[in-house]
Amino acid sequence: MTSEGRDLGARLRSRDLAAAPAALNLIEDRSPGARDEAARLLAEVSPAALGGEAPAHLVGVTGPPGAGKSSLLSVLVKEWRDAGRTVAVLAVDPSSRRSGGSLLGDRARIDHDPRDRGVLIRSTAAGGRLGGLAAPTRQAAQALAAAYEVVVIETVGVGQSETDVEEVCDTVAVVVQPGSGDTLQFIKAGIMEVPDVLVVTKADLGEAAARARRDLDAALRSLGSHEVPVVAVSSVPPPQGIEELVSALEGHRSALDLPLRRLRSRRMMALGELVAEHGDSALRGLGGRRAAERRLTREDPAADVAALVRALRAEAGVE
Amino acid sequence: MRLPERDRPWVMRTYAGHSTATKSNELYRGNLAKGQTGLSIAFDLPTQTGYDPDHELARGEVGKVGVSIAHKADMHALLDGIPLDEMNTSMTINATAAWLLALYMTVAEENGVGRAALQGTTQNDIIKEFLSRGTYAFPPEPSMRLIADTIAFTVEEVPRWNPVNICSYHLQEAGATPPQEIAYALSTAIAVLDGVRDRVPEETFPRVFGRISFFVNAGIRFVEEHAKLRAMGGLWEELGRERYGVEDPKFLRLRYGVQVNSLGLTEAQPENNIIRIVLEALAVTMGRDARARAVQLPAWNEALGLPRPWDQQWSLRIQQILAHETDLLDYPDIFEGSVVMEGLADELVDAARAEMAVVAEHGGAVAAVGYMKTQLVESHRTRMGRIERGEQKVIGQNVFTEHEPSPLQEGEDGGILTVDPAVEQGQIEALASWRSSRDDAAVDAALTALGEAAADPGVNLMPLTLAAARAGATTGEWAGALRAVFGEYRAPTGVADAAAAVSDYALDELRDRVERVSEALGRRIKILVGKPGLDGHSNGAEQIAVRARDAGMDVVYEGIRLTPARIAATAVQEGVHVVGLSILSGSHAQLIPTVLDELRDAGVDVPVVVGGIIPPADERALLAAGVARVYTPKDFQVSKIMGDIVDLVAERYGAGTPA
Ligand code: B12
Ligand SMILES: Nc1nc2c(ncn2[C@@H]2O[C@H](COP(=O)(O)OP(=O)(O)OP(=O)(O)O)[C@@H](O)[C@H]2O)c(=O)[nH]1
Ligand SMILES: [Mg+2]
Repeated sequence: MTSEGRDLGARLRSRDLAAAPAALNLIEDRSPGARDEAARLLAEVSPAALGGEAPAHLVGVTGPPGAGKSSLLSVLVKEWRDAGRTVAVLAVDPSSRRSGGSLLGDRARIDHDPRDRGVLIRSTAAGGRLGGLAAPTRQAAQALAAAYEVVVIETVGVGQSETDVEEVCDTVAVVVQPGSGDTLQFIKAGIMEVPDVLVVTKADLGEAAARARRDLDAALRSLGSHEVPVVAVSSVPPPQGIEELVSALEGHRSALDLPLRRLRSRRMMALGELVAEHGDSALRGLGGRRAAERRLTREDPAADVAALVRALRAEAGVE
Repeated sequence: MRLPERDRPWVMRTYAGHSTATKSNELYRGNLAKGQTGLSIAFDLPTQTGYDPDHELARGEVGKVGVSIAHKADMHALLDGIPLDEMNTSMTINATAAWLLALYMTVAEENGVGRAALQGTTQNDIIKEFLSRGTYAFPPEPSMRLIADTIAFTVEEVPRWNPVNICSYHLQEAGATPPQEIAYALSTAIAVLDGVRDRVPEETFPRVFGRISFFVNAGIRFVEEHAKLRAMGGLWEELGRERYGVEDPKFLRLRYGVQVNSLGLTEAQPENNIIRIVLEALAVTMGRDARARAVQLPAWNEALGLPRPWDQQWSLRIQQILAHETDLLDYPDIFEGSVVMEGLADELVDAARAEMAVVAEHGGAVAAVGYMKTQLVESHRTRMGRIERGEQKVIGQNVFTEHEPSPLQEGEDGGILTVDPAVEQGQIEALASWRSSRDDAAVDAALTALGEAAADPGVNLMPLTLAAARAGATTGEWAGALRAVFGEYRAPTGVADAAAAVSDYALDELRDRVERVSEALGRRIKILVGKPGLDGHSNGAEQIAVRARDAGMDVVYEGIRLTPARIAATAVQEGVHVVGLSILSGSHAQLIPTVLDELRDAGVDVPVVVGGIIPPADERALLAAGVARVYTPKDFQVSKIMGDIVDLVAERYGAGTPA
């Protein structure tokens, strides 16, 4: 029997980028029939189906409002495309946290050639809290990772709320603009998880950017994080620091134990989905979060999120 | 009580230009023969945004809403036979103002007229382009530098030229209230003056202040509008004295030209517009202390399409009757000592001051563009809501709508001017032959020098721009050389931050319908609101986008000036259920079918609705080409439009029965 989900998943697996928009439509669709198809789609791009981890580099670009994330992506996308890599960007829109409709305009800030089939930009609704990712966004990232070489998630976050992005992405770049003391304070106070790469934008503004970069560098060193690169960039012409940033992102990714990070990420997502669907009581039924995490280690490392959720549900006795 | 001698009338102009330079030249000569006393040049959108007629974004726009000027020979043809040493020429040109001024100067020079004799105005106010008008080309910082360069240059070299005309006109057209109009215009003036301060010697600065003129609006509440101008005059003088230490009263006087309100001119019973225009003209001429220096009036058929020479003549006659038949010019200021007028002016001064303080807190006009844009979108939403609910009466539109057929619209032309689409091809060919006849090496050298200078903010770009004009460079080449250094820019749309609507019965009902259909679709109804081409008229698209959001839809809006290819790509990538396109610039006949083709090629099969200035015959053609619905200004009930769209989506996807 033909299945829309299976078909789309198979096309993504064979890197047919034209299948991506329809795949995203399906993933966002909440009707029961569509949920089943979406599960089939995701199964087609699971590590088991792919015979390994999805090849894409999953990059999180997060930071305070107006820090320059989208402008930076304009230049990054170009850089990646010039290097021949296909790119998908999921632009998470914070305005849609309000109930009801949303105005999605972020894609306007990301320059790209509309005729280039190797670039996809999709606006997507935010999860319930600042910096949070809605389930369809996480699933979208997984699906796109099978087809694109780089998958970016742009989110607004103010320094202590990026855990969702970390869960989903291989590499998280926190983007700040000069003069934003908050981030510095968060890092010093240990409130903020240390990012994989720290980016200071608007380097064209001169001294202020240089100072911000020095301060952040010093703060990270004082915490003993010597290996976290701090890169200053400018996204206005002539762009600066972009090659350095690209290689910092690459560097992080190649030093990564990818299967481990992805595995952890799938487990976290499964727990997240369980809680989203059945509430904290489901976790209690498993003996708490830690016990649930331990329970997951018994599952096949190649199992996809849906399979992990099924296992947890069965164990917790919720259906 | 009477003036010893009757006052001289203001400069009377008609904003005009279309098709080619030669055609527009004929038009200007005709207007001057009818008693017009100054020229006001309307350029087409490619010229205003720095693209040559053969550029992808120029498609459908060449010669449409103004004249196409691509190089100095075009400017020669445009001004042929017009005495430049006597003429007072106003050019509505902004992003490319330095370039068009250079072409104007080059033509004067090649005709043996010295720079010192030239009189006129380049609009050259970029902030209001970001906020309302949409014909920007470069990012804010380099744009402000170009303005400073033209001021610093002209104050010495072309002393009778008004290098900038700070505009509040376009702010009112985008929905501004009177205090917003004053506050944002004066804040813009501050940004411009601060930018030029260190580019001229200190002793020259008072003269610079004196060269700044304004371009204002006057709406139908004409008493308050007159008070607004008095308020603005007072604030301007205060600014000159206190912030800039200017003392000479001659330099401190607010000098302004005006175009009266067009936003309030209706498609319904369009003959009523002439009465609105007369009253608005009174607002800017009544009191001598706040009288306009120059006036141009829109025409009765404003909301239908472009005015024909006869329509413009009718509007010119309004000015002539006011100036020559009435006793308006016999008296000193007729409101001197009026408690009401002074009270109104004081109220506006206070409100404007408060709003200027907010802009200053944001770091001045350049930094506050996003803030101001959002405020305008919100004010406009309030205005439209009041009209929609009947709280603000518009005769013929939401009250007294019974009417006789208008004989004015009966002619074969439907009562408007239509530009021949063949003009575009003609201009493209003319451009090719210009390029093949000039000295390319000289052009390249001039453009290279310009690009190098652009990278160094210390250099004044005017002399190099003049050199490029003389050498025969084109509008697109000049702007292209600068874009390569300055980069491109997209202005904020103001819609995302517009506050959520206060809910009322109509909105709640609409939300329920959106919710029901979304539920049946499985996803929230997602609409793309797109503006193809160079058209900068964003009001309609913004209000539709905000209302769709308030009704509960997911709305993708990327702002103005998109290629059809980009709109199609967005529709695919975003997975929208319906595409809404807005075009007011008259290029719909070329652009909408192109968007439909692109959508089809991209495999997007969704209903497409269109809104804007679409004459009835074109509406039929668009519907035949596959457009699902066409809306024009007479459809002022936005909630009704929204309801239609929900039904359309429900019908197309079989998602529940339309309510
Ligand atoms: C306001 C206005 C401006 C403002 C625009 C401000 C802004 N940010 O939008 C300013 C002053 C900047 C301006 C400038 C110009 N303007 Co103007 N402008 C108007 C005016 C007076 C009103 C338009 C308007 O905003 N109406 C209010 C909005 C809410 O209504 P609307 O857009 O029609 O939308 C309604 C419907 O049409 C429909 N709709 C519209 N879009 C959509 C989209 C969707 C999806 C849906 C469902 C419905 C829908 O729903 C809305 C609700 O009622 C019209 C004449 C008129 N009275 O209509 C001229 C007019 C459109 N302008 C005109 C011209 C020529 C210009 C210029 C090009 C002049 C020049 N040569 O420089 C400039 C440059 C602008 C540019 N960059 O493109 C011409 C166009 C001529 C033509 N089509 O042949 C007009 C018709 C005036 C005229 N008769 O000459 N303008
Ligand atoms: N000078 C300068 N300005 C920049 C640079 N990058 C971005 N900006 C400006 O900063 C503002 C915000 O840029 P965006 O790229 O939209 O920032 P963002 O972080 O994506 O914003 P949100 O998505 O709204 O949170 C815009 O006005 C940009 O023009 C830069 O490198 N230099
Ligand atoms: Mg952004």
